[in-house]
Amino acid sequence: MLEIKNLHVKLEEEDKQILKGVDLTVEAGKVHAIMGPNGSGKSTLSYVLSGRDGYEVTDGEATLEGNDLLDMEPEERAAAGLFLAFQYPVEIPGVGNMTFLRTALNAQRKARGEEELNATEFLKLIRAKAKDLKIDAEMLKRPVNVGFSGGEKKRNEILQMAMLAPKMCILDETDSGLDVDAMKLVADGVNALRDEGRGFLVITHYQRLLDHIKPDVVHIMSNGRIIKTGGPDLALEVEERGYAHLVEEVA
Amino acid sequence: MALPQIKQDATEARIAALDLPVGGWSDAARQSALGRLREMGLPGRRDEYWKFTRPDTLTQPEAPRAALFDPKEAPVFDEVERLNLVFVDGVFDAEASDDLALEGVTIERLAETRSDLHWAKGLYGTLEANGQVPVQRPLAALNTAFATDGLLIHVTGTPSKPISICYEHKSETSDAMLHHVVKVDAGAEVTILENGPAAARFNKVMEIDVADGARLHHIRTQGRDHERQAVTHVFARLGAESVFKSFTLTANGVLTRNECVIELTGDDAVAHVAGACVGDGDFHHDDTVFVTHDAVNCESRQVFKKVLRNGATGVFQGKILVKAGAQKTDGYQISQSLLLDEDSQFLAKPELEIYADDVACSHGSTSGAIDEEALFYLRSRGVPEPQAVNLLTLAFLAEAVQEIENEALAEEITARIEGWLIRHRD
Repeated sequence: MLEIKNLHVKLEEEDKQILKGVDLTVEAGKVHAIMGPNGSGKSTLSYVLSGRDGYEVTDGEATLEGNDLLDMEPEERAAAGLFLAFQYPVEIPGVGNMTFLRTALNAQRKARGEEELNATEFLKLIRAKAKDLKIDAEMLKRPVNVGFSGGEKKRNEILQMAMLAPKMCILDETDSGLDVDAMKLVADGVNALRDEGRGFLVITHYQRLLDHIKPDVVHIMSNGRIIKTGGPDLALEVEERGYAHLVEEVA
Repeated sequence: MALPQIKQDATEARIAALDLPVGGWSDAARQSALGRLREMGLPGRRDEYWKFTRPDTLTQPEAPRAALFDPKEAPVFDEVERLNLVFVDGVFDAEASDDLALEGVTIERLAETRSDLHWAKGLYGTLEANGQVPVQRPLAALNTAFATDGLLIHVTGTPSKPISICYEHKSETSDAMLHHVVKVDAGAEVTILENGPAAARFNKVMEIDVADGARLHHIRTQGRDHERQAVTHVFARLGAESVFKSFTLTANGVLTRNECVIELTGDDAVAHVAGACVGDGDFHHDDTVFVTHDAVNCESRQVFKKVLRNGATGVFQGKILVKAGAQKTDGYQISQSLLLDEDSQFLAKPELEIYADDVACSHGSTSGAIDEEALFYLRSRGVPEPQAVNLLTLAFLAEAVQEIENEALAEEITARIEGWLIRHRD
């Protein structure tokens, strides 16, 4: 599904190398987790994959189902099936949540040569998906993320994911700012989307999210590289002993 | 103080090019306006409220030529159930207009009421004259003196549909001057729609008297033809517990100056003035708004939003004046521009002048570009960049459009803006 080879990335504005050769393959149907200390490059990886400005790829490649991601505009990556759940979802005053989602969904369908959904079909779909995530009609009507609590914002991200039904989902610290109940709701939303044809990359600091979203593979990232890969036990090891010993081990 | 010779000459040259309509109840008001105009002189670049907008093409004797433009879409409000009245280059078109008959309102034409007595006699030129202090508005006095026609609208009840005034532009050299008077009786309610480019050059005044407990909704779209020039004035006087809401959409037009002068004279009155404008290239748009609170517990809002690109210019001059005794005033003023490139500019002069001590007044003015974070967020969800920019642009204008109470009309306006944005995509 997602293949990243020897990816090197620096900041565009300054001479600072963030990713120093990342290799990673996420297969369809699998959940991969990336853990790592602050500043290891986890979020940068998610931004570079989704096409955010400000980064320069100096070497390596990233493909989604064989298509070169790095050559596409952000909207093309989305239409190709990539989805990033933001760590800090953006507030957009004046744009209604529904309008936003319908525009996005239909833009993607159009780009893929599929028929656009009409208002009734869209409404039916979003009502069903919103209900599962305990998102009420009021929240759907409000401007995108404006006045939403931290939990509401993250639920809204998962709602977008459910509506857009991407092939490859990247979750960037989706657990940050969530209490236990909210985290469970979000994790349930993600688990409902687990599917043979869909890959997940879950970026997190803490093991606790992985109690709810059980990963198949866990990677540890440090200083711009993946330094260790293992099964779910690796996350538990981090939880018990921290990152320091792993970093030392590799060094 | 005597006028500078150059100003005096310019004013006389303009007057000489016009015929003063005579005969009937408006004669005295016209003569008095002519006197005011000669005292003030037409505006010049050095006048305090004309620093950001060149008045030359509005004041010169001949109207600059303006090419006609086919926007390739049906005129706005065409689908709205309304009483439609049409002026072509400032000349009333009876053929194209509906009958001037609607329950709850009497509508007459200024050019056709020639008797000595008329209800409009006490208003015509009166609100304009009051509005000359403390800021002079000579082009409005010029209009009162020389307006060739206009509508006299007396609202006595609640008409079942809006009164729509449609201004068509068919001559490249037309120079039109219209003056409307609207009187809304106590407890009555009306919606007035205006649309169309009007003429190569258009000077319009609308004097509005909203009596106690009356409500007036004013929704206008203007511009359309790229080369047309316009200066418009609204003078509104509000009685106790009355409501006045005015919204203007301006798209295209090389020069537009909209002045709005509102006086809240009765307690608990509400006045909202809003404007949204979208300008591309050779476009200059000026909102000059003056709201005076002269009664207790009144609310006023000024919401002006401008989207500018390819070297377009936006101007906002807005004032809230709270007189001594106008306690519990709630005044709000916001003027913002969205600059889609570095060539465009927004010039703002927000003012508050407060002589009462128990009031809440706020104002803000900002200029900015498209929010890059929001743009990326939309694109990351699959919305192509041009469409994402349009969504954010509509969102920026939304606060102004939301001032339209009627949802169907607000949607119509939004659709027009969207159409404009799509046509003007790079």
